[in-house]
Amino acid sequence: MTKMCKIEAIIKPMKLHEVKDALEEAGYPSLTVTDVKGRGQQKGIVQQWRGKKYCVDLLPKTKIEIAAPEDKIEEIMKIIQSSAYTGEIGDGKIFVVPIETVVRIRTGERDGDAL
Amino acid sequence: MVKKMERLKKLSIVTFVLLIALVSPALAVTSDQNAASIEEIKTTLTFMWLLLASGLVFFMHAGFSLVETGLTRSKNTANILMKNFMTVVLGILVYWAVGWGIMYGADAAGIIGTNQFFLAGADNATWNSWFFQMVFAATGATIVSGAMAERTNFKAYLVYCVMMVAVIYPIYGHWVWSGADMALLSGAGSPIVKAIGVASHDFAGSGVVHSIGGYSALAGVILVGARIGRFKNGKPVPIPGHNLTITFLGTLILALGWLGFNGGSTLNANDPYMNLVVVNTFLAAAAGALTVMIITWIKTGKPDPSLTANGLLGGLVAVTAPCGSISNWAALVIGLVAGIIIYVGVMFNENKLKLDDPVGAIAVHGYCGSWGLISVGLFSIGIGNGILADATYAAAVPGLFYGGGISLLLIQLISVLVTMVWGFGISYIIFKILDAVIGLRVSEEEEIIGLDISEHGIRAYPEYLMRED
Repeated sequence: MTKMCKIEAIIKPMKLHEVKDALEEAGYPSLTVTDVKGRGQQKGIVQQWRGKKYCVDLLPKTKIEIAAPEDKIEEIMKIIQSSAYTGEIGDGKIFVVPIETVVRIRTGERDGDAL
Repeated sequence: MVKKMERLKKLSIVTFVLLIALVSPALAVTSDQNAASIEEIKTTLTFMWLLLASGLVFFMHAGFSLVETGLTRSKNTANILMKNFMTVVLGILVYWAVGWGIMYGADAAGIIGTNQFFLAGADNATWNSWFFQMVFAATGATIVSGAMAERTNFKAYLVYCVMMVAVIYPIYGHWVWSGADMALLSGAGSPIVKAIGVASHDFAGSGVVHSIGGYSALAGVILVGARIGRFKNGKPVPIPGHNLTITFLGTLILALGWLGFNGGSTLNANDPYMNLVVVNTFLAAAAGALTVMIITWIKTGKPDPSLTANGLLGGLVAVTAPCGSISNWAALVIGLVAGIIIYVGVMFNENKLKLDDPVGAIAVHGYCGSWGLISVGLFSIGIGNGILADATYAAAVPGLFYGGGISLLLIQLISVLVTMVWGFGISYIIFKILDAVIGLRVSEEEEIIGLDISEHGIRAYPEYLMRED
């Protein structure tokens, strides 16, 4: 049985469409998207209100979750990395975690068949 | 052929009627009758113009609502909307019952009006004037609502609002606009006017409406204190408002309303200077906004949107007193200086006085209102001079820069002082009493959860996910 993994990618919200389109083009249309807030080592960014600077320390980000067989993970990670890339601070991170079990609710199929 | 005949027939009838009208002396009216008809039409025009102008000023309450809502956090939206809304509602009722009588009733000692309460004895002209004056009266209270936003007890605000429209605004208004011989700042028989030699002039209310509202707001802001988290170790911390779209729409609605505010204050649809008033009004507005944009760009590296919007309002407030007495160039200068006052005033309030005025009402209405009064003393052309040859409602004499000496400037400065003492003083006392009796400020818990939930039990955006703060 092939091992399954979940990719959790935290990306810039404005890059969502590019990432989604690139994944679809490569044959990975299924994904779950969540609006999230977070920060990295820069601890947020500075904005301005009525002539005064202030720090927004939790920035809006987009989280993409994709489940896939282990042998596809490397390719998917590469697609996300290249399509979410701007080269600026705050481009985000990709996490890969193992999946124990998958069940398709409609049919009861399990694991590899359910993906 | 038949059609042609029809047309010819019509043409001959028209020609006949015209000829009869031209040659028949029996149909002519006397010149006296003519003059009377013209006067009637002029009166009707004035009624129509004042109703329209009143409508524009009434719409300013929508503008105030939007500006104040946009510059504050989403958790206090329903509360701010309710405060602005109830200001209008109470304004109508209270100005009908009490305010008008105190402002325009029979004068007692130049200080206060004493009859016409509940509009007793009113006629067509009185109802027309009342409506125009009423929409102004509620504005003063609305100014205060923004400055004290996000932490003031709703019940206390309502009581204050009644006091504003019943007493604070109309008493000062009586001193300037009642037309009474003894009226403290403008009547020929007033000891102050006699001593200086000239009456004070406040065309549409830089002082009467805006300064009184602004200095009243100052008293309220001092007594209610800053919002939680606004100052950290004595340093101001910005609390961004939640909707600049709404703020800008509100600002433009206010500018539109000013067409009625200043244009209507001619109080005469046949005033030969109505269009000068309008042009001056919008020149000053533009100069104010442009000035603030440039200052913030230089100071912070970015042109600041909400301060620039304040700049437009600052220009409008300042030109409200002088708009019928000055040239276009003076309006530009007045707007430009108003822009500087907005930036310096907002920063001074925040950094030095440690005051929390979320919408900049004290700088916009208080400081720029005072500048407006002063500017009359500097830039007034004087009735009968230059472009004001046929003027009836303007500052009577030239200002300092037009060779009129310092008398006008002096009485205008006295007016500034009186707006400060009266607007701030009486409001301070009223807020103090309200604090003791009702409580001026909501509890810490209520403030953190937001006044929408704590005062009204509803969020303005029930399905809108908000940042916890």
